[in-house]
Amino acid sequence: MTNNVNPLLQMQNIKKDFFGNQVLTDINFTLGEGEVLGLCGENGAGKSTLMKILFGMDVIRETGGYGGDILINGQKVEFSTPFDALEAGIGMVHQEFSLIPGFTATENILLNREPCKKNIVSEVFGDRLNTLDYKEMERRSAASIEKMGVAIDADMVISNMPVGHKQFTEIARELSKDQLKLLILDEPTAVLTEKEAEALLESIRGMAARGISVIFITHRLHEILAVCNKVVVMRDGYVVRDVPAKETSVEDITKWMVGRDVQSSVRSEVRSNDGARTIMSVKNLWVDMPGETVRDVSLDIKEGEILGIGGLAGQGKLGIPNGIMGLYEAGGRVEFNGQEIPLNNPRKCLDSSLAFVSEDRREVGLLLDESLEWNVAFPAMQIQEKFLKRLLGGFVKWRDEKGIHQVTQKYIDELQIKCTSSKQKAKELSGGNQQKVCLAKAFALEPKFLFVSEPTRGIDVGAKALVLEALKKFNRENGVTVVMISSELEELRQTCDRIAIVSGGQVAGILPAAASSEEFGLLMVSKVI
Amino acid sequence: MSEKKDYNYNSPSKFNDEMKTIQPARRPTELEKAQLGTMTAMVSSFGLPRIIISGFLLVLFILTPFVGVDLPTQITNIINRFSWNAVLVLAMVPMIHAGCGLNFGLPLAIICGLLGGTLSIQLGFTGPMSFVMAVLISTPFAVVLGGGYGLLLNRIKGGEMMIATYVGFSVMSFFCMMWLLLPYSSPTMVYGLSGNGLRPTISLDGFYNQVLSGFLNIRIGNIALPIGALLAFALLAFLMWAFLHTKTGTAMTAVGSNAAFARAAGINVDRTRMLSVIMSTWLGAIGILVYQQGFGFIQLYNAPNNLTMPTVAAILIGGASVNKASIPNVIIGTILFQGIVTMTPTVMNSMIHMDMSEVIRIIVSQGMILYALTRKIEGAK
Repeated sequence: MTNNVNPLLQMQNIKKDFFGNQVLTDINFTLGEGEVLGLCGENGAGKSTLMKILFGMDVIRETGGYGGDILINGQKVEFSTPFDALEAGIGMVHQEFSLIPGFTATENILLNREPCKKNIVSEVFGDRLNTLDYKEMERRSAASIEKMGVAIDADMVISNMPVGHKQFTEIARELSKDQLKLLILDEPTAVLTEKEAEALLESIRGMAARGISVIFITHRLHEILAVCNKVVVMRDGYVVRDVPAKETSVEDITKWMVGRDVQSSVRSEVRSNDGARTIMSVKNLWVDMPGETVRDVSLDIKEGEILGIGGLAGQGKLGIPNGIMGLYEAGGRVEFNGQEIPLNNPRKCLDSSLAFVSEDRREVGLLLDESLEWNVAFPAMQIQEKFLKRLLGGFVKWRDEKGIHQVTQKYIDELQIKCTSSKQKAKELSGGNQQKVCLAKAFALEPKFLFVSEPTRGIDVGAKALVLEALKKFNRENGVTVVMISSELEELRQTCDRIAIVSGGQVAGILPAAASSEEFGLLMVSKVI
Repeated sequence: MSEKKDYNYNSPSKFNDEMKTIQPARRPTELEKAQLGTMTAMVSSFGLPRIIISGFLLVLFILTPFVGVDLPTQITNIINRFSWNAVLVLAMVPMIHAGCGLNFGLPLAIICGLLGGTLSIQLGFTGPMSFVMAVLISTPFAVVLGGGYGLLLNRIKGGEMMIATYVGFSVMSFFCMMWLLLPYSSPTMVYGLSGNGLRPTISLDGFYNQVLSGFLNIRIGNIALPIGALLAFALLAFLMWAFLHTKTGTAMTAVGSNAAFARAAGINVDRTRMLSVIMSTWLGAIGILVYQQGFGFIQLYNAPNNLTMPTVAAILIGGASVNKASIPNVIIGTILFQGIVTMTPTVMNSMIHMDMSEVIRIIVSQGMILYALTRKIEGAK
């Protein structure tokens, strides 16, 4: 069946341009049976495009196809639809889930491939009316879950599952396909907790041992080193390195990815703000945010510090800023600068010089269809009446296009936002640059106090460092108190002075950034519900 | 081969480059590709339906001399109809900007205008004064009814256009009764025999007939220009444009673009939407008064419904989408739509001696709406 002379997958001179804009140039690599290949690169390096070509996605054909050859077992193939790719034994788990929320894991795993039994109606009207063979379905889904090596409840409805289990259901669905030879995992660990990610890595090892090849795309480089046989690093549409994982290190990969040295893990200088006055005091806060319920949080935030809020997904850390800023139903008492802030009223918070960078960039953070200028200047214009000219004795508040342009240009330069001009639409930027626009929007408000929620979610190493650096600089130079909420402990430890860990909707404890990972880890699981 | 030649004439330096390369056959195909690229970019920036309709209109214009129709008369007609309808089309803009979709509830706005017009006559105003009073009287109705309409639309976010359609129907039906029951008594308006209940069509002679269109009506050759009516539209369009450049106007656009973003920036989303609905209703009320002064009659009962679809179709032909609209969209759309409506019947009737006008009008306006609702995102400039 398998020809041992030829490797499972060969990519030869793959080229792709989008209307003259070259995004992939001469991509070459090979992948043997049972090998795990780690694919990494900054956002926009071309990883996703490459995987779309391999998986035969429609968008590639619609934009004029690609150049070069894909060989599977030495045979040249050209997939015109994802179905062809599935047929050839390629499975893909996308970043976004494609599961039906109201179905159980079993039903999702075998969707449209269910084993069926004939019944009277289907005898007459054809196979589409066959009844599902639930026993056989259970057996098959159990087999694929077993193959995956991570225990999930096959009978649980998807909508009740934690995020990690949804991800595992997707993987199990791919594994349940008998012809599966190659599995593409596109940032599967982005939504997983560290423990779940560890389980996933274990299951990747298991798959490889069964002869399934895996292409593993992730921003978490240590995972690549932990599980992959070889690492392919991409930058600006080129493969810059193709090395065995054993011979490399996180530092090397980072360097190759960004084409420059990133000083990773620069611990922030130890600052002690014990003497500073309390600028915000939160007492008995509860927030009804779906999936991130806050039960009873009391917290004092010191003026001028960067406070980190960490914790496992779903434990309520995201609910804290969303509740205080009035975006979700909340109760309790919040005092800022000695004055009580009314909850459930976004305007009142903004008026008291608080600002919030939402974790939900696309839905809450940006006006995707409008220019960068609008995105940056809008809140400042509406809340503080900046960038407005008063005409007719103040009766008309006219938009000051020039002022808006200047401030946007200032932040484009300061934060190194990559764009064609300040008139470009926000939706056309990459994730990292969109995040920078969100920061610029908050900076333009010149707040006294800034909440930043998941500032580095889904952005690459280079952009991440810039974003964190910008936050630090903003804190140091303008004396702004920053509260940063993040799922990545390492990032908090690099940036923050103190870190509060939220567990079970409560603050489990506050530690200085220099505390050991074990201490943080213990706090994270201390009150999990 | 000829293509290649053309290409070489255009760019001698590239011609030399090409002589050096070994594959001369490849170059023209790439050029073609580039040309095709700019063509498709142009088509998509101007919008395919706009191109089709402009083309159709152009064909009609070319045909006119051949079928014996007088071109200057036709152009005068189009300009006149533009001046009647443009304000109604402008009334679509605020609600589109605030994300309330297309105002299918236009009959509500029209009824506010009808109340203004009929009450002004009932109160005994004549001449230009009756128009001023009609505008003034319809304003409070537009604010109150528009406010209620806005309140309703805020409760059904996402389904505005469907609900708006039924608001239009039901308000119109309610007023079909009201026109009969309200104690109007002006002899110019009520039924002659019984002395109560308004007639379906009321002549505006002696009231505000041609009050704007007749003002500064200039003739250039055989074409008459209703400058007064055009100025009135220009003024309202300018005010709308200016409003969209103010703080509140910016907030309105942001609410339409992303309501969650606007809320996080401290905007009262419901209040902004309500304002847009009131503005839309007021502009619709003024729009019908401008329409009446040109047309010369007030039409009651089921008439308000006849203007909804043409108005919605006009702004969509102009290149607006359900959440983006601009003043140029209004102007281009009204000219194109009214052009088709004016030219098609005369040209077609002269050609085939059969009345096709209504059929074509319906196909164009409903077809445009259908098309526009299937592409929700992109608007053209």
